[in-house]
Amino acid sequence: MSRILLRFALLVLLTGAVTSFAAGKELVFGMLLVGPYNDHGWSQAHYEGGRYLERKIPGARMIYIDKVNPADRPGVTVPMVVDDLVDKGATLIVANSDDMKDGIREAALQHPEVKFVHISGDDVLTGKAPENLSNLMGRMVYGKMMAGFTAALKSRSGRIAYLGPLINDETRRLAVAAWLGARYAWTEVLGKPADQLRFKVSWIGFWFNIPGVTADPNQVVRNFFDSGYDVVLSGIDTTEAIVVAQQKRLEGQDVFALPYDYVGSCQTAPEACLGVPYFNWGPEYVKLARSVLDGTWKQRWIWAGPDWKDINDPDTSAVGFLPGPALDVVNKERLQAFITGLGDGSIQLFRGPLDYQDGTPFLKAGEIADDKKIWYMQQLLKGMEGPSK
Amino acid sequence: MKPVLRPAIDGLLILVLVFLFTSALLLLVDTSPVEAYGHLLRGSFGSWSKFSRVLNVWVPLTLCSMGLLYAFRAGLWNIGVEGQMVLGAIGATAVLNGGLGSDTPLLWLGLALLAGMLLGALWALLAGWLKVWGGVHEIFTGLGLNFVAVGLVLWLIFGPWKRPGIASMSGTQPFPRELWFPTLEGWRVSPFAIGLALLVVLLSLWLLQRSRFGLELKAVGQNPRAVPLYGLSPVRYMLIAITLSGALAGLAGTLQVSGVYHRLIPAISSGYGYLGLLVVMLANFRLLPIPFIALFFAALNVGSIQLPMMMQLDSSLSGVIQGACVLSALLVFGLRRLQRRSP
Repeated sequence: MSRILLRFALLVLLTGAVTSFAAGKELVFGMLLVGPYNDHGWSQAHYEGGRYLERKIPGARMIYIDKVNPADRPGVTVPMVVDDLVDKGATLIVANSDDMKDGIREAALQHPEVKFVHISGDDVLTGKAPENLSNLMGRMVYGKMMAGFTAALKSRSGRIAYLGPLINDETRRLAVAAWLGARYAWTEVLGKPADQLRFKVSWIGFWFNIPGVTADPNQVVRNFFDSGYDVVLSGIDTTEAIVVAQQKRLEGQDVFALPYDYVGSCQTAPEACLGVPYFNWGPEYVKLARSVLDGTWKQRWIWAGPDWKDINDPDTSAVGFLPGPALDVVNKERLQAFITGLGDGSIQLFRGPLDYQDGTPFLKAGEIADDKKIWYMQQLLKGMEGPSK
Repeated sequence: MKPVLRPAIDGLLILVLVFLFTSALLLLVDTSPVEAYGHLLRGSFGSWSKFSRVLNVWVPLTLCSMGLLYAFRAGLWNIGVEGQMVLGAIGATAVLNGGLGSDTPLLWLGLALLAGMLLGALWALLAGWLKVWGGVHEIFTGLGLNFVAVGLVLWLIFGPWKRPGIASMSGTQPFPRELWFPTLEGWRVSPFAIGLALLVVLLSLWLLQRSRFGLELKAVGQNPRAVPLYGLSPVRYMLIAITLSGALAGLAGTLQVSGVYHRLIPAISSGYGYLGLLVVMLANFRLLPIPFIALFFAALNVGSIQLPMMMQLDSSLSGVIQGACVLSALLVFGLRRLQRRSP
């Protein structure tokens, strides 16, 4: 009798061990997307990153919820969605919008056993984040430099426009990077005088169009093209810039645009697309998920850069630039040389002297900006047009 | 048929109609209705945490619906309830901004409640005055004032109340925890908010059903031309009713700021004002069904988030169900009226 009991006990222990081992291998990965999962922009890039994670880590499963913003889902709050994801077994949760900063911090405090990643935030830098909350962002300044560079090569009028979302450190940083890239192409590659390049930034008020609340990006882009700007750089989550550019091309205007965020966004309007600076979230997601699985998670502020060996390597590069169908061979070669220069450090665009828009110095002559100085971009730079705050 | 039984049968009839309609719709898009209803149910009543989220919606929705009922009793369509909610939220935010860093946060929360109700009431009174002395129908002023309220809240968030350095659609800087409506461990809704909503339901029950004021209000609503014969002033009653309506909407707005979002956001009303209109219509303008219908609608709102998450369905199905409810109700009530007319 006692032997039977012993065997039974052993069996129970064994099955318990096996199931807990299997459970240890499973990872439910929650994702809060601010826009639609198929927006050909910011949110889709994250969605694809999540799918990449599922492919790379066996047993990983993503549960995502898109359009998490008060305009699309009134009454739905970030902590509420997180509660639900935790109920469903999520142990790693990513919030993909700057807009979710307060909500995800609140949720992280409510669920200390779950790990959280806030994209584009700085709570770790400012010390506001609890231990289970990390920040992740890609070094998109490089992507934007390439975008600006390409735009200037193709601009005949020397008038480049930047379709900005709302105004904050991140968006100023990216607009500045695009302008630096454009200025470099204009003066160093094309050899034209700097004062013949105009770079205008217009902000619509949010990351995507909210009718009645933001300015309509379609209208803003149309205005750019109608007032002599011939290349528009998109800084928003969605693809209005290339869509309108394509329409204008059909009307006979020789104009171009560059979308943003998502590697496949040129497909929306290929003839008008010069290229796209994009995020490749997958590899960093995999690293974060592995750290949760093997217990090595540590709170971190991650600003992941391109893999300079191949900025378009889907397994290693967090930021890339994919030339579009509208970019010709000569300019592709110029772009490649530029990328090589950025990678080996021979081209350093965040080098002084550079002044803020109001004339106060951003970088003294010869000074190279450190990460914090670039991250917390206080104003647009002198030479750019458009409001800084 | 017994008079008690009739509303129950009507209710059942409405539910059956809605169930058939929604199921047909789901089958049409090749989705299992059983699975969808299961997700809706588990997503709203599946755990205490989920149910407390439902209550978080129930509180403002009930308050708005109760407020609307006062206006309806006086024969007024207070479409401006959304804007009154927004103004309440603005009033509360203004007071809570003043309470930052204070040693007596509860006092400031109390003041915020009063300010929210006051601003909501004044915003409603404006529509009332325009109706009574301007001769403008309250539906038009209400809609107009809703737009003004949204403009005002956007201006405040992007202007005077913007976050340090950054104006953002995310709203104003969140309030510190002391200025959140107090709640309990594991609760996602403030017991005070639930208490307030219940108190309002009970008070209204007495005021509208048992008191002389309620009776007179009803008289004004049903025949404003006749009541002066009894020495009642319809103008006065209309203004009182719409003011109460606005105060309750303002209270709902205050709770959205201090209990749910902990800051002012552009979409602070979450559309509960308009949803409240549906609740009251579905209740056939009677008081008792309102808290229950509001609970049903709140559960749909919260549960529907499961649809995109688990079935890749659009969560607007909840809105479809809510709309279908009201349409079916109108149909059933209409048929009843026809029935009464043709004996």
